[in-house]
Amino acid sequence: MDSYFSILFTEVYKILFLLVPVLVSVAMIVWLDRRVWAFVQKRRGPNVVGPFGLFQSLADALKYIFKEIIIPASSNKLVFVLAPVVTMTLALISWAVIPFGEDFVLADINVGILYLFAVSSLGVYGIIMGGWASNSKYPFLGAIRSAAQMVSYEVSIGVIIINVLLCVGSLNLSDIVMAQQNLWFVIPLFPMFVIFFISALAETNRPPFDLPEAEAELVAGYQTEYSGMMYAMFWLGEYANILLMCAMGSVLFLGGWLSPIDIFPFNAIPGPFWLIFKILFLFILFALVKATVPRYRYDQLMKLGWKIFLPFSLFYVVLTSSFLLYFDLLPVK
Amino acid sequence: MIAHSVFFYIFSLIAIVSAVMVTVSKNTVHSVFFLILDFISISCLFIMIGAEFLGMIMLIVYVGAVAVLFLFVVMMLNVAEQKGQWFSSRWDGGTHIPVGLLVSLIIFFELIIVIGGWKYKPDLLNSLSINISTEVTNTRSIGNVLYTDYILLFQISGMILLVAMIGAIVLTYRERAGVKRQSYVKQISRERDEGVDLVDVEKNKGVKIDA
Repeated sequence: MDSYFSILFTEVYKILFLLVPVLVSVAMIVWLDRRVWAFVQKRRGPNVVGPFGLFQSLADALKYIFKEIIIPASSNKLVFVLAPVVTMTLALISWAVIPFGEDFVLADINVGILYLFAVSSLGVYGIIMGGWASNSKYPFLGAIRSAAQMVSYEVSIGVIIINVLLCVGSLNLSDIVMAQQNLWFVIPLFPMFVIFFISALAETNRPPFDLPEAEAELVAGYQTEYSGMMYAMFWLGEYANILLMCAMGSVLFLGGWLSPIDIFPFNAIPGPFWLIFKILFLFILFALVKATVPRYRYDQLMKLGWKIFLPFSLFYVVLTSSFLLYFDLLPVK
Repeated sequence: MIAHSVFFYIFSLIAIVSAVMVTVSKNTVHSVFFLILDFISISCLFIMIGAEFLGMIMLIVYVGAVAVLFLFVVMMLNVAEQKGQWFSSRWDGGTHIPVGLLVSLIIFFELIIVIGGWKYKPDLLNSLSINISTEVTNTRSIGNVLYTDYILLFQISGMILLVAMIGAIVLTYRERAGVKRQSYVKQISRERDEGVDLVDVEKNKGVKIDA
């Protein structure tokens, strides 16, 4: 029993060691997002609180904490409170399997990529629950839109993952990274990387696919009735999901913790830093897209997902597997 | 080992209670939420017995896709709250209870047959025509069974599902008149000559558009 508790404590310690940096970086990433957005539009962005406005997110968080939480009288109260909790929890638990370096991962499970995929497909529930429990028209429409959108783009992300798995021969995330030692998958699977990036934008409800919260039509979508810390939790969960998608993209296509070339000044930098650089690179791309591209119309969004991305990625599965089979490159262990 | 059984009982308790709540709860949306909870705890049980692939697929397919569609249907159809038919004294004798009892009895006997067979013939797994190796990961052995040993049956079942899907689409599809569709080809290939019309308007007559 004693050893059981000591295992429990070391695990809790490890989880805190992972989650606290993730939460802090989520706050920082909000600041970065706004700065990049402002930079593209020739504005200054948040630059008042702290050096370069770095503490803006902390100030915002403080504001949200002291705001009143309003629960609408006609809402379904339990589900209403549960929705942001579900969003936040699901956004955080998926970090358990992201490998930050060799043997530097919280849970090195056999089916890591399936776990990531499963948890990100659960993410839709926070939004549906929030939209339904608010018992009001705008949140409900936003939730329905969001659910349809996320389910559609999940399909193409799944097919893209199959492409990568064909080249790896394992569902373990560390194996996926180690398989890219000679060649990052972004080079042979470049079209898949582009589709993954766009699907990740749609999956996380980022512009140009932020139709669930299209302010011109739906006020703020599923978040309309939320206030104070509950709204902030939705927000944090959303950004944690974005970071997670960036991490997933770096692990699947950009070689995870591996350095770009295995020469002295590069491979002296420890692996976690490389992963963080790659996540930041992808995130800045996310922010640039947000700043430059106008919002899609809903039918165009569905058309893109089902009629263009899905057939194309299926075709690419056939192409990849035939290529691997023909040149006898199939990873059989 | 103690921790293992504690977790097993926690998850199975959640699974059973939420399965009961699916049928008992008055609000249909709550039923679906309980169904999701049930799916999740069952996938936890799968993971606990070492079938991590099945557990994850359970999460992805049932929770991530099927239950979302359930929720969609229930929310969109706006099913009114069921009045407490099951437990109220003035139950008006609906016909669905005998049918439900029949189905559950059949399922119960099937389970007894399966589990009883296991009980009286412990080497049931070894007497199958396929050999399931315990050395490789279960993802791999499922892949071997599905895609190597039973590839034909697997593909036939896929075809049957495809036919069912196409059938459902054909049955519910109806062509609606007057729907304006966007055609990129038409939009891009528009020239100045057909896009702009110069019209001499007669006084007090106006112009007829869309002639």
